[in-house]
Amino acid sequence: MNFEQIIFYILSFWFIASSLAMIFSRNAAKAVLFLILAFFSAASIWLLLEAEFLAITLILVYVGAVMVLFLFVIKMLNIDKSTLRAKFAGYLPLGLLVAAVIVTEMAMVLGYNQFGLDVMAAPARHGADYSNITVLALQLYTDYIYSFELAAVLLLIAIIAAITLVHRKEVKRKGQSIAQQVKVQAKDRVRLVSITPKNKENKS
Amino acid sequence: MISLSDYLILSAIIFCIGLVGIFVNRTNIITLLMCVELILVAVNTNFIAFSHFLGNEAGQIFVFFILTVAAAEVAIGLAILTLLFRVKGTISVDVTNSLKG
Repeated sequence: MNFEQIIFYILSFWFIASSLAMIFSRNAAKAVLFLILAFFSAASIWLLLEAEFLAITLILVYVGAVMVLFLFVIKMLNIDKSTLRAKFAGYLPLGLLVAAVIVTEMAMVLGYNQFGLDVMAAPARHGADYSNITVLALQLYTDYIYSFELAAVLLLIAIIAAITLVHRKEVKRKGQSIAQQVKVQAKDRVRLVSITPKNKENKS
Repeated sequence: MISLSDYLILSAIIFCIGLVGIFVNRTNIITLLMCVELILVAVNTNFIAFSHFLGNEAGQIFVFFILTVAAAEVAIGLAILTLLFRVKGTISVDVTNSLKG
């Protein structure tokens, strides 16, 4: 077992352990923190696979933005303690059965006979002058430029949809209506009241 | 050396952990969204492993788009969650059964 394998198994252990801790923790904030640990392990495994740009993106975008958004929502919503004590083990046997079946099937299909080193040899490591970002950018801005722009439009739609969903209508909104401002006339704003003085006789 | 099937089995295990999380979770919907994220990361690991072993960068570009779509999904999902909390006052999975599914 060489150094690379030791690193891989340590990272895999933390990946699996933090994922298990995430799904079995009752506190949502703790679950988010375990998920962050799982993402860091995943990013390290992606580094082993020489996908440096995606590893950095996973940490920057997911841990930096999405997980912080999760934490914001958890802090904002007042999750009461009674729902946290809800029944937990009801679907656990069924879930474990399904998971065990899937893992067994996957392990049989994806085993060393089909995808082992003697079937699919590990590629040679790139040299120090290899830039993953350059390779990805060259493909992304030439072959996949339409998909790239489509992804940008998708993010814009997501922003608009999220704001539209959570926006409260007509509460504390102080917009001006141009049509009503133009249409207004002097008699709407100024009211002339003729006041007769009460004790006119005293003066004269 | 690490073979391709090591990566594939690792991501299969992570995928099933996310699946079990969706099954057993009765507490709140936020954890459900996080399980979906876990499943997506497992799938992305698959893509990157094949991209590395086949020497083809298209897999990594696909992962890039998956990350984009997942970010959009989280934004809308959390918006729906906030709306649900405003209407129902709770985000427990058991209470949100208005559609009688």
